[in-house]
Amino acid sequence: MPSKLNDTLKKFDWRQNIVYIAFVLVLIYFSITLQEHGFLTQDNLLNIARQTAMISIMGVAMTFVIASKEIDLSVGSVAALSAITTALTMQAGLGMFAAIFVGLLTGILIGFINGYLVTKIAIPSFLVTLAMMMVVRGLAMWMSGTSPIPIINEHYIFFFGSGNVLGIPILLFWTIIIAVIGHFLLRHSIFGRQTLATGGNETAAIFSGVKTARIKMAVFMGTGAMAALAGMLYAGRLQAGRFTFGDGDELSVIAAVILGGTSLFGGVGTVVGTVIGSIMIGTINNALILQGLDVSQQMMVQGIIIILAVAFGRKKKKV
Amino acid sequence: MAETILKMSNIEKSFNSINVLNQVDFEVKKGEVHALMGGNGAGKSTLMKILTGIYQLDEGTIEIDGKEHIFKNTADAEDAGISMIFQEFSLIPKFSVAKNIYLNREPRNKFGFIDDKKMVKDSEAIIKELELKIPPKEIVENVSVGYWQMTEIAKALSKGTKILIMDEPTSTLTKTETEILFRIIKKLKSSGITIIYISHRMDEIFQICDRITVLRNGKNVVTKNSADMTMEEVINSILGGSMRSSFEWVERKASDDRTPLLEVEKLKSGIRVKDVSFTLFEGEILGMAGLMGSGRSETVRTIFGIDPLENGKILVRGEHVKIHSPDKAIKLGLGLVPEDRRSQGLVLGHSVKENMILPSLKKVSKKNLIQNKIANEKVERLIAKLKIKTDDIYKEASLLSGGNQQKIVLAKWLLNDTDILILDEPTSGVDIGAKTDIIEIIREIADLGKAVLVISSEMTELLAMSDRVLVMKDGVVTSSLERKHIESEEDVERAIQIE
Repeated sequence: MPSKLNDTLKKFDWRQNIVYIAFVLVLIYFSITLQEHGFLTQDNLLNIARQTAMISIMGVAMTFVIASKEIDLSVGSVAALSAITTALTMQAGLGMFAAIFVGLLTGILIGFINGYLVTKIAIPSFLVTLAMMMVVRGLAMWMSGTSPIPIINEHYIFFFGSGNVLGIPILLFWTIIIAVIGHFLLRHSIFGRQTLATGGNETAAIFSGVKTARIKMAVFMGTGAMAALAGMLYAGRLQAGRFTFGDGDELSVIAAVILGGTSLFGGVGTVVGTVIGSIMIGTINNALILQGLDVSQQMMVQGIIIILAVAFGRKKKKV
Repeated sequence: MAETILKMSNIEKSFNSINVLNQVDFEVKKGEVHALMGGNGAGKSTLMKILTGIYQLDEGTIEIDGKEHIFKNTADAEDAGISMIFQEFSLIPKFSVAKNIYLNREPRNKFGFIDDKKMVKDSEAIIKELELKIPPKEIVENVSVGYWQMTEIAKALSKGTKILIMDEPTSTLTKTETEILFRIIKKLKSSGITIIYISHRMDEIFQICDRITVLRNGKNVVTKNSADMTMEEVINSILGGSMRSSFEWVERKASDDRTPLLEVEKLKSGIRVKDVSFTLFEGEILGMAGLMGSGRSETVRTIFGIDPLENGKILVRGEHVKIHSPDKAIKLGLGLVPEDRRSQGLVLGHSVKENMILPSLKKVSKKNLIQNKIANEKVERLIAKLKIKTDDIYKEASLLSGGNQQKIVLAKWLLNDTDILILDEPTSGVDIGAKTDIIEIIREIADLGKAVLVISSEMTELLAMSDRVLVMKDGVVTSSLERKHIESEEDVERAIQIE
């Protein structure tokens, strides 16, 4: 029935779903044009998964922050600092579990400070986390003395970065686990609803009994924790903690979130979209490398894609 | 009387093959105040949007001073001398009054720069003509909201407007400001400017309008001199069918041994709430009357934990409680339908369902996961019960009409099974059909044994619902009147105004 099809098409939210369409188109395009460059080989695809894991994981948490109408620019720096504290703890001989604990705690603590400054002192999150980005990066440099801190714990290296299970990189497992948890939290839990309501209209949320300050604390601690995990994964992959980890990641993460369909104006968010957004950026970067383009061109393309995505996904202006 | 200035004939307009305006004729005479009335969806705003060039008509003609015009955009309509003052003001708060009046049409000096002096002088002249006292250099956000509207009118006048459309102009005004507005309207009228006046407030319509046109379902059902119509007739033509009895007060039986649900003793908060005491019983509808700024809204904000309580006591079901946040208030069984549903009551970008379940997330969840089956069922039931007009439960709240939005806010608390419901101006900006629905819902809630505290500036509806009326003035409860002892609206008005 054409009328029914027409109806479904009309109800289909192009704005929210643009990322999926774009992703499929990008995949098809590269599959054809880069066939002989080995784009579709298993190795290359797994490589993409490996390269995008950290951005995806941080993106999942960032989705909550942006959906609540806040922003967190400190994630890249937090990843670096957590990598360093984790590596230092292991270097001190306290073992893998203590190191994981210290690494996560580092991120959560910074998230807590971010949340506290935003909710209690009422400084806009853009400023708080911009400052925190510098403070934490500086701290990471200072603590590491600007030199890499080697990690030799084999178990750690396996579980946090370099391992493969059944031929699938462990990083992909991490991505999937975090994405599934994030998706359920945002879509189906009370916390997720309250996060979206906080971003959609904070006053109305408060008047409806939502403790928006707590929600914001929680989302910042969430990005802190996930940035820490990403940092630990960087460390595991490169078998060392370095202060340079995650440099510029905050922008890639935000780009993935926005590309995925989460609204920068709060109230709307999708974890699945974020992960697809992240993988899409990764795929394009990968394809550009296969085509022989370099970092400078990657950056330009990435910027253009973000503008296009936001332009196409823009909400129609109401009269 | 005067000649016809505006003649809209056989206007047709459809959106997505849904007919919104059907052969509408609308005629306005020069220098009259013409009320345009109708429920939500009757086609008033569409008709006015066609007249101001925002929408283009599918069929029909628009004649101004006997000359046919085709409006392709808003500039065309403006050139023809038509201006509209919207409910949401279109002023720039950080600019001065004069800058706003001449926005985008600033007078230039010989170098091509903006001539600030001339702008201020010209603004002054217009303001003076309106017999107002607004300093033209004042920043708009520093003058009271009432004057924003005056600034809008001045702006329209500076453009040489012949036909001025006002959409619910008094909804944000205090009583004094309303009087000033009416004075200006009369002045404009005498200088030959025609006014199309859109309002849901009956008393105002009869006070200032010469003629009334009522639209219903996209058709013009009546155009008459207001002197030849009664309020009932107007309501009947708006609703279509017989007048509902909602606006008549019926004494509700109250048992003698009712328990108090909410007791407030010597409440003090900020500068607006000085000394407020009252008791609210189960099954009771307690009305709160008073002027704008008398501290009514602030009182309920304090009770609900939004504003800090500085002094005094709140007892819920006889127990002394400390309410620091709305969250606590809700846990104690309170619910608030706030003053401004758009900024305080709803997450406009979210769906009907998401808004309705927001205060009750725990009730529709198991182990912190929302059970859509339970939630949807509850939401569907309330949509039916409150007669909310929406395509489905997933429709974005911003797309619903004011009356339906307000019903969603009410439904939030019905879904949460609130015992003590507080409503702050629940029918402001709501059409008459939804208004009667809301009044009936409030009565039903009280009949279930729940306590209702309702603030309203519309005396007719306050008296239609309340069992008892509290009068507030300058942050103090000055009297408590039993409804059965109130003979007319004047009784309450007198109590409000008393020094």
